[in-house]
Amino acid sequence: MKLKKNIPLIDQHDKYGFWGGKFGGSFIPETLKKPVEDLTKEFQKLRKNKKFIKKRDYYFKNYIGSPTSLIKLENLSNYLEGAQIWAKVVSEANGGAHKIYNATVHALICKAMGKKYIVGDTGAGYAGKMLSMAAKKFGLKCKIFMGAKDIKRQKPNCDAMRKNGAEIVPVFSGSQTLVDAVSECMRYWVSNCDNTHMCVGSTVGPNIFVKICGWSTAQISRELKFQLRKEFNKIPKKIKLINCVGGGSSAYGFWSEFIDYNKKQIELVGVEAGGPNKSKLHAAPLSKNSKIGILHGAASYVCQNKEGQIQETESISAGLDYPGVSPIHCFLKDTKRARYTYATDEEALNAYKMITKFEKLNPSLEPSHAFAEAIKIAPKLSKDTIIIVNSCGDAKKDRDILKERLGKKR
Amino acid sequence: MSFSLISQTFNKTKKESRPALLTYTVAGDSTKKKSLEILNSISKYADICELGFPHNTPIADGGQIQTSAYRAIKNGIKINDVFSIASQFKKSKKDKPIILMGYYNMIYQYNENKFINKCKKSKVDGLIVVDFPYPENKFFASKCKKKGINFIQLISPTTSRERLKGIIKDSHDMVYYISMLSTTGGKLKVAPRKILENYNKIKLLDKNKKIVIGFGITEKTIKSLNKADGLVVGSAICKEITSSINKRQNIVTNVTNIVKKLKNKIR
Repeated sequence: MKLKKNIPLIDQHDKYGFWGGKFGGSFIPETLKKPVEDLTKEFQKLRKNKKFIKKRDYYFKNYIGSPTSLIKLENLSNYLEGAQIWAKVVSEANGGAHKIYNATVHALICKAMGKKYIVGDTGAGYAGKMLSMAAKKFGLKCKIFMGAKDIKRQKPNCDAMRKNGAEIVPVFSGSQTLVDAVSECMRYWVSNCDNTHMCVGSTVGPNIFVKICGWSTAQISRELKFQLRKEFNKIPKKIKLINCVGGGSSAYGFWSEFIDYNKKQIELVGVEAGGPNKSKLHAAPLSKNSKIGILHGAASYVCQNKEGQIQETESISAGLDYPGVSPIHCFLKDTKRARYTYATDEEALNAYKMITKFEKLNPSLEPSHAFAEAIKIAPKLSKDTIIIVNSCGDAKKDRDILKERLGKKR
Repeated sequence: MSFSLISQTFNKTKKESRPALLTYTVAGDSTKKKSLEILNSISKYADICELGFPHNTPIADGGQIQTSAYRAIKNGIKINDVFSIASQFKKSKKDKPIILMGYYNMIYQYNENKFINKCKKSKVDGLIVVDFPYPENKFFASKCKKKGINFIQLISPTTSRERLKGIIKDSHDMVYYISMLSTTGGKLKVAPRKILENYNKIKLLDKNKKIVIGFGITEKTIKSLNKADGLVVGSAICKEITSSINKRQNIVTNVTNIVKKLKNKIR
C-alpha cells in the first residue's frame, strides 16, 4: 500500500472507490446506485468547471470568511517551555466550525443538480447547523437527522438549526447518537432520492461523499500553506499538524496540502476520542486498533464486535462520538503517513481549561482533544518545532457540558 | 444440470397459476427457539422463506424490521445461531427453499468463503446482501453459484437500463425487484400497474429469470400484484410479531394466520 505524490488523496482510489485496495468503496443499497452515480458525475463535472470554482471561492471568502487566522499561542508556549504552539483558528469561519465548507459546497451542488431539498446528519450539531445555514442562504428546504441524545447535549446548535428554518428529525434508534443519525439520514435518502440531495457531514460514507467533503475542507490547508510561507518565509523544517479525528473531515482538510511532504518535516497527528478514563467504550477505531468493517456504505476501521455488530461509543465530544472513521485516514494510517493517538474526556477537559486560562481562544471539546496531545508533547520538543493545532470548532455549543463538568460558567 | 430448489418452487407455483409467496422473518426474533417455530409453522403457507441475519446498523430497513433486528440481537442471536436455525428448519422441510438475507459486514467479519461454505452445509438455498450491489458483488456471486447457492441480485426503480441488462445477465435463478423508492415497510406509494409495468420490462430481458417483488406488500396490496412470479412480505410479519408480544398473545399462531391470509389472497 503506497501513497502517490502530486495527486490529491481523495482521488487516489481504484475504480470501485477503494483507497489502498481495501478502504472506502460504496456499499449501498441498489436504490442509491443511480443517485450516487449521478452525484459522482456531477461532482466530476463541477470541480473542473471554472465558473463553479469561482463561485465556490466567492462564497468561501465572502460568506464563510476565508482565510481564518493562524495565531501563535505565546503564553501557552512559554508555559510549556518546548515547541512553539500555534493554532489555525478555523472556528472563526461563519457558524463557528469547519463544517461550513462541506455544507456550502453541498448546497452549491444541490442547486446545480436542480434539487430543492437537502438532508444531512449531525452529531455535535455543527454539520447540521452549517447545512441549515447554507440551505437558508441558497433557498433550499432542509432536514437534519440528529440522535436524541445529541439533541439534548448540544442544544445551542439545535436552536440555531431551528432558527435557520431547518427541521430537526430526532433519531431514537440504537444509541441515539451520530451513528444512528447517519443511518436514518441514509434511509430517508433511499426513500426520497428522486428530489432530495444528501449531504454526509464528514469524510465518511460512500466514496463520493468522502471526496466531496475532503475537497471542501481542503481549503483549510491551502490557507495554512500560504500563511506559513508568509509567517516563516518558507515551510519550516519541523512541523507537527495536530488535529482531532472523528469522521476526519477537519483533519483531512488541515493536512491535504502537506501529505506529499516528508513526515520528518511535517508530521501529521490525529487525535481520536478515548472516552471517559474509566470506561471501556471509546470512539478511537484507529488508535485502538479496531478491525476493518463496513459502516454507512464504506469499509474502514470500525468499533465493532466479533460478529460485525457496530459497537456503542462513548465520548464527551459529540462530534467525535462515531464508531467509524474516514477511509482516507485508514489509508494514511496503514501507509504510516499519519500517526493516530487518542485523548480521554478528562484530558480534553484539562486541555480546554489550560487553553482558556492562557489564551484568548475558546476551542470546543473536539479540538480540545487535539490540544491535549499538543500540551502532552510540546515540553519534550525543541523550540524550533512548530506545533499547529486546528482549532476547528468553537465551544459555544458545549456551554452546558462545560458548566456541568468544570463547575463555573465559562 | 439439475434445477435449483428455488427454480423448482417457481415452476410449481407457475403450474398452479399463482405467484410464489415469500416471507421474511428475522432469525432470533423474538428468540432463537421462537423464530424456528415461526418458520416451521408459516412454511405451511409460504413457498420460500427468507431469514434475516440481523445487523444493528441496517441502512435500508424501516422501523418494523429494525425493531425485529434489535430485539433478536438483544436476545443474543449470533451468526452461528442463524445457520443452526436454517439447518434445523431444512431438516424437517427439505423441499422448502430458505434464503438468508442481511448486510455485508456480517459476511465480511465471518469471512466470505467460510460464510458460503457454512451456507452450503446448512442447506441454505439463496443469499441476499442488501448493501453489496452489482457489479462489486460479481465475484462473490460467482463463488456462491459454484457452491450451488443462488445469489439474488436486487433491482430498483432507479436502476438504469444499462445496469439492468448487466444485472439480469449475471443473475442466477431469481431476482428481487424493489417496488418503490423506500426502505422496507414503507406504504406502497406507487400504483401497482406502474410496478407491474417495470416488472414486465425486466421480465422481457430474460423470461427464464424469476422476478419477485418486495417492499410495501401487505394483505391490502398483495392481490394487486399477483401477476408477478413471486411476492415478498416482510415488515407486515415483523409488525405482527411485535404486536403479538405487546398483547401477550401467541406469536406463532398470529403470524401463521397472517401468512395464511396472504396466501389465500393470491391463490
